[in-house]
Amino acid sequence: MRFLLLFSRQGKLRLQKWFTALSDRDKKKIIRDVMQMVLVRPPKSCNFLQWRDLKIVYRRYASLYFCCGLEQGDNELITLELLHRYVELLDQYFGNVCELDIIFNFEKAYFILDEFIIGGEVQETSKASVAKSMEEADSLQETMEEYLNKPTY
Amino acid sequence: MTPSVRLQEMIRVIRSARTQGEERGIIQRECADIRSQFRQGDNGERSHSLAKLLYVHMLGYPAHFGQMECVRLIASPRYSEKRIGYLGAMMLLDEKQDASLLITNSIKNDLSHSSQYVQSLALCTLACMGSAEMCRDLAPEIERLLRASHSYIKKKATLCAVHIIRKVPELAELFTPSARTLLSEKNHGVLHGAVVLITELCERNPDTLVQFRKAVPELVQIMKGLVTSSYSPEHNVAGISDPFLQVRILRLLRILGHNNDTASDAMNDLLAQVATNTDSSKTAGSAVLYETVLTIMDINSESGLRVLAVNILGRFLLNNDRNIRYISMTSLQKIVQTDHNAVQRHRGTIVDCLKDQDTSVKRRALELSLALVSAVNIRSMMKELLIFLSVCPPELRSQTASGIFNAAERYSPSKRWHIDTILHVLTTAGGDVRDETVPNLIQLITTASELHCYTVHKLYRALIKDIAQQSLVQVACWCIGEYGDLLLKGECEEIEPVQVTEDDILDALETVLQSHMSSPATRGFALTATMKLSTRITDNVDRIRSIVSIYGSCIDLELQQRAVEYNALFKKYDHMRAAVLERMPVMDKNSPGHTNGDTSGEIKEPDTSKPKPVEAGLLSEPASQVCDLLDLLGGTDTPLQPSPAPTSTPTTTSSADLLDLLGGLEIKPVPTVSVYEKNGLSLKIQCDKQTETEVTVTLIASNSTQNDITNFTLQAAVPKSVQLQMKAPSGNVIPAHGLGQVTQTVLLNNPNKVSLKMRIRVAYSNQGAMHQDTVQIDSFPSAACQPSFSPL
Repeated sequence: MRFLLLFSRQGKLRLQKWFTALSDRDKKKIIRDVMQMVLVRPPKSCNFLQWRDLKIVYRRYASLYFCCGLEQGDNELITLELLHRYVELLDQYFGNVCELDIIFNFEKAYFILDEFIIGGEVQETSKASVAKSMEEADSLQETMEEYLNKPTY
Repeated sequence: MTPSVRLQEMIRVIRSARTQGEERGIIQRECADIRSQFRQGDNGERSHSLAKLLYVHMLGYPAHFGQMECVRLIASPRYSEKRIGYLGAMMLLDEKQDASLLITNSIKNDLSHSSQYVQSLALCTLACMGSAEMCRDLAPEIERLLRASHSYIKKKATLCAVHIIRKVPELAELFTPSARTLLSEKNHGVLHGAVVLITELCERNPDTLVQFRKAVPELVQIMKGLVTSSYSPEHNVAGISDPFLQVRILRLLRILGHNNDTASDAMNDLLAQVATNTDSSKTAGSAVLYETVLTIMDINSESGLRVLAVNILGRFLLNNDRNIRYISMTSLQKIVQTDHNAVQRHRGTIVDCLKDQDTSVKRRALELSLALVSAVNIRSMMKELLIFLSVCPPELRSQTASGIFNAAERYSPSKRWHIDTILHVLTTAGGDVRDETVPNLIQLITTASELHCYTVHKLYRALIKDIAQQSLVQVACWCIGEYGDLLLKGECEEIEPVQVTEDDILDALETVLQSHMSSPATRGFALTATMKLSTRITDNVDRIRSIVSIYGSCIDLELQQRAVEYNALFKKYDHMRAAVLERMPVMDKNSPGHTNGDTSGEIKEPDTSKPKPVEAGLLSEPASQVCDLLDLLGGTDTPLQPSPAPTSTPTTTSSADLLDLLGGLEIKPVPTVSVYEKNGLSLKIQCDKQTETEVTVTLIASNSTQNDITNFTLQAAVPKSVQLQMKAPSGNVIPAHGLGQVTQTVLLNNPNKVSLKMRIRVAYSNQGAMHQDTVQIDSFPSAACQPSFSPL
């Protein structure tokens, strides 16, 4: 996978994860182009597109588009499953997730993504494992008192 | 504690901004706040500030001043700060930023941290944005983590290793031994990572590939376990046990089995089992089946298995889900060359997909349909394709049109069908065809001499209906100009006769000339056609004269020039008009590489000696070319204006001489001239190729003595202005008794066209004795090599 983007129907970016090194300008251009292509698609159309040398797989969940750029060797259908799995993880974590959850807790969305995918590849195929890891990692986040008591470097 | 009520406050405030300007103002204030926070140092607020900055960055505003803060936060002992710091690093720092190197040390320390969650942060960040230097530094650490840790860390370390290999391929050897052992893990996450790692290793290095072939039985075992296992809630997706892992294993098997019989045999049973047992009612199952089909097609599978795979694809084609149909067509596209007949069976369904609503599906169906066109089904396929052309979305039009043309060219059952098809395409999508269509069509029409009458009638009718499609109008004008007399005759077997008068034809042409829709090229065609008609019709020659003289003062330069010339043809050269405007002979299908010498014997019209394909302005251009040629050879008394050269006898004979000259060159074999004969060593020179300034010669050395000649070398010198390039000799040993030769090619570049001379020094050993000699070449063998005979 080269990149993963989440954006709203109005073209606002909600999450971007890049798995290759690109300049800021290139990233912005790709985002613009992909958004343009995906947002004009009619509702019941095919979820796969060919763009430059990449396969674009996208799916719309309520008001958010989840969109991936794949290389030629990747399997598009399993990527659809991957996107679905990510949505399920978000749903499990936030409890009935909606776009606002992702807007106001964007860093959490990133953390969940990082527990599920590393370097563009799936790292954990079990939903329960990912949920458990998130829980444990969250518990490590100190409370305010511990904050002030822990020494600085 | 969640990073800040403050962050959420800020987000709320930003979202409530009603205009872009207001938002910018808010962002500026917040950024100033964040900057002062960063300057203050540690107060428990830093992670909140960085989180705010990351949000601002996602909105598209510059955030580079946060980079150093990321570095500081990563180094903090607090987990929440590290977490945000690493997230910031992944978003703001990439390998192009210098600051990224500063975190290498932190990552190194964190990789050995006691808490696995800190380790995982470091691994994740390295795998996301690690540059080549960072990867090199930290690779040994990653390798250690691969071997000796908890599965939570192992799976992340494995994927981190994949990233390292992608960045620094030389480090692949470091990870190869561990990769093999990872396959025996039970944890699916680690297993998945291991398969990805092995795939990456095998793709990069063929030797590693051979090594990992031995793992095929193990992989088959794992797959079997997944496919036949009982329900496991942890990894189950829609009835398929861990489809992610299954797909990756199948992909690896594909790479390992490609072009290798033993490996392919080991997989055959498994693939058959997966193909038959997997339930494809949901996407997960279809994904696995899809990967299986790709694997079957790519390895040396037995034919029964291949048939099974194509049938699965056929089943996919009938699926209601658009995605599945798209996927199956993509796969069929890959195998249409090798398993053509199998794919042909599904032609009907594929053609139906042309009518699908979705553009992606349409595109795939189009490509596949074009690949499936053959001599047998050309008529029915073309019908479908033409229907498609009239309703297809604009972005697919030109592809369809060119596809139709190619197919028609290869498989057309008759000339008439071919012409009809092209005309149909031009009427429906004339604006999207390529430029060569017009000359190609014209050439096709001239070859179909029995259909001239039919063609010109059809084109005339198309012309009076609509003059918007430029290519169609151009072809129509050309035809009417050429075959106007046939049009006037009125009768034609294959089309209902319609009475066309001379006035009608001239009206049509004049409409084209005057219309705003006509491009300059089209008008050129129309004017020339009008002119040609002056010899084909009898009554309205005056009308033609008046049209032509009007355009003598046209603003468009090309039209004006033509009109003036045609006027001149009427006035001064009226006696030649008939000859000049005669019917054109059949044109050869010419390609740019055509040489002059290959033309047929017809030299009545100057056009045939022109090698380029016919362009607009057919009459004047080739004539001026011949004029130039004649000039080169010493010229005739033809005036050197670009007017149509009189095709009287002087031209004819000169052209004949011209052709003879070139014809002569063609027939003569390339001679070899001996330049040196001494002590059994003979040196010949052969002129291979020559142009005006470049000569290629080959020096051939042979040996008629009893002993081999060794250490044979040639050195060459040429006059100052000539450039010399000697290619490597074929060897430096010349076998005895003339059994073998040594050749060496020499390229000479002679820009000043001086007379070519070359001095060659020969050095060799024979029977242990060293010999050296010099030979001068003053004249080169073939007459064609002489600069005075400049080729054309």
